[in-house]
Amino acid sequence: MTTAPTAYWQPESECMDREELEQLQLERLEATLSRVYRSVPFYRKHFDELRFDPDEVRSARDLRRLPFTTKRDVMDAYPYGLFAVPLREVVRLHATGGTGGAAIVMGYTRNDIKTWSNLMARNYVAAGVSADDVVQITFDYGLFTGAFGVHYGAERLGASVIPISSGNSKRQIKIMQDYRSTVLVGTPGYLLHLVEVMGELGVVPNQLSVKRVLLGGEPWSERRRKELEEALHVTATAHYALSEVLGPGIAGECLERDGLHVNEDHFLVEVLDPLTMEPVKDGDKGELVITTLTKEAFPLVRYRTGDLTSLVEGPCRCGRTSVRIRPIEVRCDDLLVVKGVNVFPSQVEEVLRSVQGTEPNYEIVIERPHALDEATVLVEVSESVFFDEMRKQAEFRERLMRKLASELGVHMDVKLVGKKTLERPEGKGPGNVRDLRKR
Amino acid sequence: MLRIRNLDVAYGPVTVLRRISLHVNPGEVVAIVGANGAGKTTLLRAVSGLVRPRAGEIALQGREVSREGPERIVALGCSHVPEGRQVFASMSVHENLLMGAHVQVRRGRKAEVKADLERVYRLFPVLEKRQRQFAGTLSGGEQQMLAMGRALMARPALLMLDEPSMGLAPLVMKDIFATVSRISAEGSTVLLVEQNARAALRIAHRGYVLETGRIVLSGTAEELLANRDVQRAYLGREAAAEPERGRP
Repeated sequence: MTTAPTAYWQPESECMDREELEQLQLERLEATLSRVYRSVPFYRKHFDELRFDPDEVRSARDLRRLPFTTKRDVMDAYPYGLFAVPLREVVRLHATGGTGGAAIVMGYTRNDIKTWSNLMARNYVAAGVSADDVVQITFDYGLFTGAFGVHYGAERLGASVIPISSGNSKRQIKIMQDYRSTVLVGTPGYLLHLVEVMGELGVVPNQLSVKRVLLGGEPWSERRRKELEEALHVTATAHYALSEVLGPGIAGECLERDGLHVNEDHFLVEVLDPLTMEPVKDGDKGELVITTLTKEAFPLVRYRTGDLTSLVEGPCRCGRTSVRIRPIEVRCDDLLVVKGVNVFPSQVEEVLRSVQGTEPNYEIVIERPHALDEATVLVEVSESVFFDEMRKQAEFRERLMRKLASELGVHMDVKLVGKKTLERPEGKGPGNVRDLRKR
Repeated sequence: MLRIRNLDVAYGPVTVLRRISLHVNPGEVVAIVGANGAGKTTLLRAVSGLVRPRAGEIALQGREVSREGPERIVALGCSHVPEGRQVFASMSVHENLLMGAHVQVRRGRKAEVKADLERVYRLFPVLEKRQRQFAGTLSGGEQQMLAMGRALMARPALLMLDEPSMGLAPLVMKDIFATVSRISAEGSTVLLVEQNARAALRIAHRGYVLETGRIVLSGTAEELLANRDVQRAYLGREAAAEPERGRP
């Protein structure tokens, strides 16, 4: 069923003996801590306040005694507060919009860019991509790290890169046909949209040369991967990217597709219970926390990613020795507590999809008019449903509410709205959340 | 080959090395670079058993040696060429080299010693020419070669060199580094401590930057040479200006 990968990009690193890897991680962790303590006032203050002496770290396990770095910390350092090198050594700046409105600025030295390229090249090779491939990159080029990371990796590998960005679906598809693209890189949402447009244009996926798809950029479910794989007749691999930490190139699936291989010689990962911040039991879900081991310009110590994942135990058949994480389906920032019940928007999405049978656009609004939380799901429905008989419409709404209540364990009201009436948040999934409760 | 974990070394109340972790793989040339007083020499002395670490582990070919004495560590295959050569001035070049082979001689390996002598003379032809001369009459560069040759006579699994370029004229220095490269190409593993960071990193596979007793940076020699921090602090201006000139 699976093809045994025949090549690695940096075999000495990717297949490193675990004991050797731990030695390397320790060496790099110690150097990183010495550097951030010396060069980043934030860390010196942070460590001093907590009476944490970086010299006391004796193993990667001691990392647990280290303070966390949160998204808030990083935002407060806007723009250059967390840089560990003077700006003249920075050859690239990237930024994220930031969900809370505030931006985060990341810097890269010449060495950082080189490392970035190699790490992403590793992920390409693991995903079955080679120098012979034609790689169509549908991430947007700009301040976001996504496009540049996958671009550098493909170029480093020697593949032919088409830096097309997203948008203009017809041209996108024409280029895919004419240039004979063999690899697509993008978000599942955008690529599924392209599939839809292909359907409208009468383009048959069999006539395309695409064989591999690299997915990233947003949390998604296995169902969407399958949808895409079946529609395009491709093998799709999951890739983890987080701009603050690097961008793409942190972790990616090999063709075994049994978890994403973390580039552990450059990143130390922990999976912690988001409430207690203690390590989860083997294989349990928790928040991914990352410490960079080699980044020069923008190192991060125990950065709380807000992404929920679990560790995959045991060695991988591909021969890589690195630890693996499950694809990110939800972010813990997305967790909503409604009347004391934990609800993820993705669960709501799942229900809507199963009832509606299509990709739903929705918005969850939570209010607290009196003592109790009241949650409402606004769902976009097609004209046909919307202008249907009142009775049918009411029935549909009833069905959704019942299903939501049984799946989530909490009652949510449902309101049906017309197509394109809800605002679609940029770069996120199909759903939006408005929490109007006073904290 | 060599693996150090969390090494602390103190001279009395003064901590010289803090939390040093590093490794040297078989066949590698690894350079430790850093300013004077960073603790480079102390690091080698700790590996050799000349100073006892306060804490940490030193594993030589998988064996823990941080509590062993220097004789034992030499016997385990680690030779140390100290800073300032320290040849036996009133002995001939030939005798100096034989002193280096004492472990072998004690084990009665005459044939091996003879072969090793030939190898050293091949690596350093000038030593063969001067084999009957007193070591004290050699030039600085020749003394350095003798010290290295003497260390090689012990057939070390790991050769440690402390500032081999110190006090040498640029041309002689170039010669010494070329020889280190050659020794490495013949299969020896080398741990090199140098103030002359550029020369050391040019022949090394990997390097560590030591700063006031701590390792602040590690990487391949190429990465370190490209690091602006290293360039500014250890490579001097000239190298720091290089990347600006038409590099892709």
